[in-house]
Amino acid sequence: MTTVFLSIALAVLALAVLGCAYRLIVGPSRSDRIAALDTIGINLLAMIAVFCMLLDTQALTEIILVIGILTFIGTTVMARYIERGSVIEDGDDR
Amino acid sequence: MATIVEWIAIVLALAGAVFCAISAFGLIRLPDVYLRSHAATKSAALGVLFVLVGAFVYFWVVDGDVNIKLLLAIVFVFLTSPVAGHLNGRAAYRSGVKLWKGSVRDDFKEVLEKKGATAPKSVQQPEPPRKP
Repeated sequence: MTTVFLSIALAVLALAVLGCAYRLIVGPSRSDRIAALDTIGINLLAMIAVFCMLLDTQALTEIILVIGILTFIGTTVMARYIERGSVIEDGDDR
Repeated sequence: MATIVEWIAIVLALAGAVFCAISAFGLIRLPDVYLRSHAATKSAALGVLFVLVGAFVYFWVVDGDVNIKLLLAIVFVFLTSPVAGHLNGRAAYRSGVKLWKGSVRDDFKEVLEKKGATAPKSVQQPEPPRKP
């Protein structure tokens, strides 16, 4: 019975990822696509957590951390790129 | 006892999944980058926090372990998701993404003018009405 409910949660999260993928493909501006990618990464993190519960293992919890960090760094770098035109500038000592 | 708490964890995971689905719905339906980033940032972070807390409670009760990595992931998502949304919104404004035509207030423009800079021209022109 718990397996059924966790599978339902996994399916709902997959639907959420599909919705974000729609915005990722259609999105009129680049910022839309960045926001959609960020949300896809965060939903992926939730999917892995549900998958951990479904398989009854704690071996996948490192992946949650790694995906969280990669999503944040990716969003930061892409936002900086579209704001300033470059990621690392000369004389950038802040 | 363990079964009840297990069910609580599963209900938390389901609630988080529903929150994530609502945030994806907002990401599809809202008219503007700035409004969409509300859906993408707040409710998605809330849903993920629900799911991660559910997983944490589940492993705490079923396996008897306090999983530090899950706690760390909860704190990390809670800290970074608003920061990423804020950076993305500011980058959108600076690169001249248009405001929705129903927007009534633009505080960042005043701040930019006080600093002597001007907002990008294309932000000020309202977006054409959406096709149905």
